[in-house]
Amino acid sequence: MPLSAQHVSYSYTSRRGTASFALRDVSLAIERGTLTGLLGPNGCGKTTLLRLLAGILRPHAGTVTLDGRALSDLSRRAVARRIAVVPQETHPAFDYTAIEMVLMGRHPHLGVFELEGPRDFDIAHEAMVSTGTDHLGDRAYMTLSGGEKQRVIIASALAQQPAVLLLDEPTASLDLGYQVEIASLLRQLNRERSVTMVMATHDLNLAASICDTLVLMRDGRIQSYGATSDVLDSDAVRRLYGVDADVRFHDDAGHLVVVPVGPAPSAVEGRTR
Amino acid sequence: MTSPTDATAHVAPATHQARERRHATRGARATRARIAATVGAFGALAFLTCLLAPLVGSTHISLVRAFDRSIPFADNVDAQIFFVARLPRVLAGALVGAGLASAGVVFQALLRNPLADPFTLGVSGGASVGAMLAITFGLSMAVGPVSPVPLATLAGAGAAALLVYRLATAAGRAMSTSVLLLAGVTLNAFFSAVIMLLQYVSSFTEVYRAMRWLMGDLDIGGFAPVIAVLPLMAIAFVLFALLPSALNQLSVGSDAAASRGVDVARVQRLAFVSASLATSGSVSLAGPIGFVGIVVPHLVRLIVGVDHRVVLPASALFGAAFLVGCDLVARTLFSPVEIPLGIVTAMIGGPFFLWLLVRRG
Repeated sequence: MPLSAQHVSYSYTSRRGTASFALRDVSLAIERGTLTGLLGPNGCGKTTLLRLLAGILRPHAGTVTLDGRALSDLSRRAVARRIAVVPQETHPAFDYTAIEMVLMGRHPHLGVFELEGPRDFDIAHEAMVSTGTDHLGDRAYMTLSGGEKQRVIIASALAQQPAVLLLDEPTASLDLGYQVEIASLLRQLNRERSVTMVMATHDLNLAASICDTLVLMRDGRIQSYGATSDVLDSDAVRRLYGVDADVRFHDDAGHLVVVPVGPAPSAVEGRTR
Repeated sequence: MTSPTDATAHVAPATHQARERRHATRGARATRARIAATVGAFGALAFLTCLLAPLVGSTHISLVRAFDRSIPFADNVDAQIFFVARLPRVLAGALVGAGLASAGVVFQALLRNPLADPFTLGVSGGASVGAMLAITFGLSMAVGPVSPVPLATLAGAGAAALLVYRLATAAGRAMSTSVLLLAGVTLNAFFSAVIMLLQYVSSFTEVYRAMRWLMGDLDIGGFAPVIAVLPLMAIAFVLFALLPSALNQLSVGSDAAASRGVDVARVQRLAFVSASLATSGSVSLAGPIGFVGIVVPHLVRLIVGVDHRVVLPASALFGAAFLVGCDLVARTLFSPVEIPLGIVTAMIGGPFFLWLLVRRG
């Protein structure tokens, strides 16, 4: 069980000093080698959960454990050598080249004054080959297309050599072509490199196509949790989003597809934002 | 780095791997070589500038005679002018230039804003208020060789830095760089109102002295002021040395940095403290000299790229050379009349920066 959360709660404090819960008593166990999708409406706590799993935030109650050890007992560097994060978008303040962005993934493996050695370049190069970005080496990151940028960021996460990859809506700002490209890249990396992945997403069809496990969240709690084929149905979509949807198996695609039909009559008022 | 061509796909796996290995070794050497070459080149530039600048001035002197040990120092006019009259000023220029340029690099990375400079966060405003108070009320609390104005400057700078820091970390929150930026800009505006008020109530001589101080000046008349700020600057530079890789991570984003094992809060604190120390020391020595802290880092990035492990040392060295060069222009252009240094750096730096902005935009 590489990564798990036990009874984790987290609350944000507003300016007036009142605490509002982003997560309330969340427990889950991510199995090795799986690709887990986190689904739920805006503000349901997906991103907070990912940040807690990454050790960027510390839970106010409960623990997150990595291979049986609490994240809070591990150094930040030790955590970063095992867990990498791919955000929705990355905007560096300065004009780094693609290879520089990828090499930065080696940071947790290097000392304060240590420069990257041949092995680090090997690993970075290999990560770029497996994400199809090796030809972009000296290009300025900011001049790349959205899909290229996201593949470079995935390469930098792979250069961290993580056991677990956490992705926060990795395709949200990409067009359909890049969405499909990133999806198949993630599936391939998950299968061939057996990297355990947890991905927060709003794209139900993306989740249906590549995730083997789904976690459905609402109002800071987990509603259901299990194999994609067991969890994803029109009931679940109505409960999460207040939308009537047709959920059925698509023979050509080989996975479930979700077609929204319209707002669910009973859920229109019930849905909290 | 060159990317492997299509042909490599047809090469036998063993050869392919060997080629990749060589490729990687070359890449790793390239990082080391790039840092060494850049630091070497900018170091040589800074050294030569500092060596040659004292030779130029209203009286012509010879480098050979100045370093001729066979003539007793008391009889060697060239050596006296070189070492006593001009060298302290050049060294002060190098120290201030290096301090402001590095502080600029660090503040830009900390605030994730390429337009930040050492004075964005109110340090210069606080320093100026300190200096104005000392000038206007003629404070006479000299400590040893250090005169009251630099001391009051340092106190003002320190107080402003502390205030901005407290504001940005108020209510036990983690440091917010947007609050830091807004608080700094607001404090600068507040301080300039205080400065105007002080000038309004001052006599003409005091106003003239204050204006002259605000224009920046390296005419420090001896080694003592340089030695006095040296410990402060030394601490700042030691802290700077810890920062470059972490600043790269911070430039990508604070969450990204945290997920790569950077202790973001600690690095932000370290960056703020070190850059504030270097800025305070520089301003107390030479007044608020603008543009060095923003033009030098940008120029260096144009030449060597944006990796802070190269940019930070290169900016320190180039900043030293740049300010010594500007000071040379300031004291020789209309010799024997001197132009205030702050005017020279702004008049060279301003148009240059605008050109850079338009060209890159």
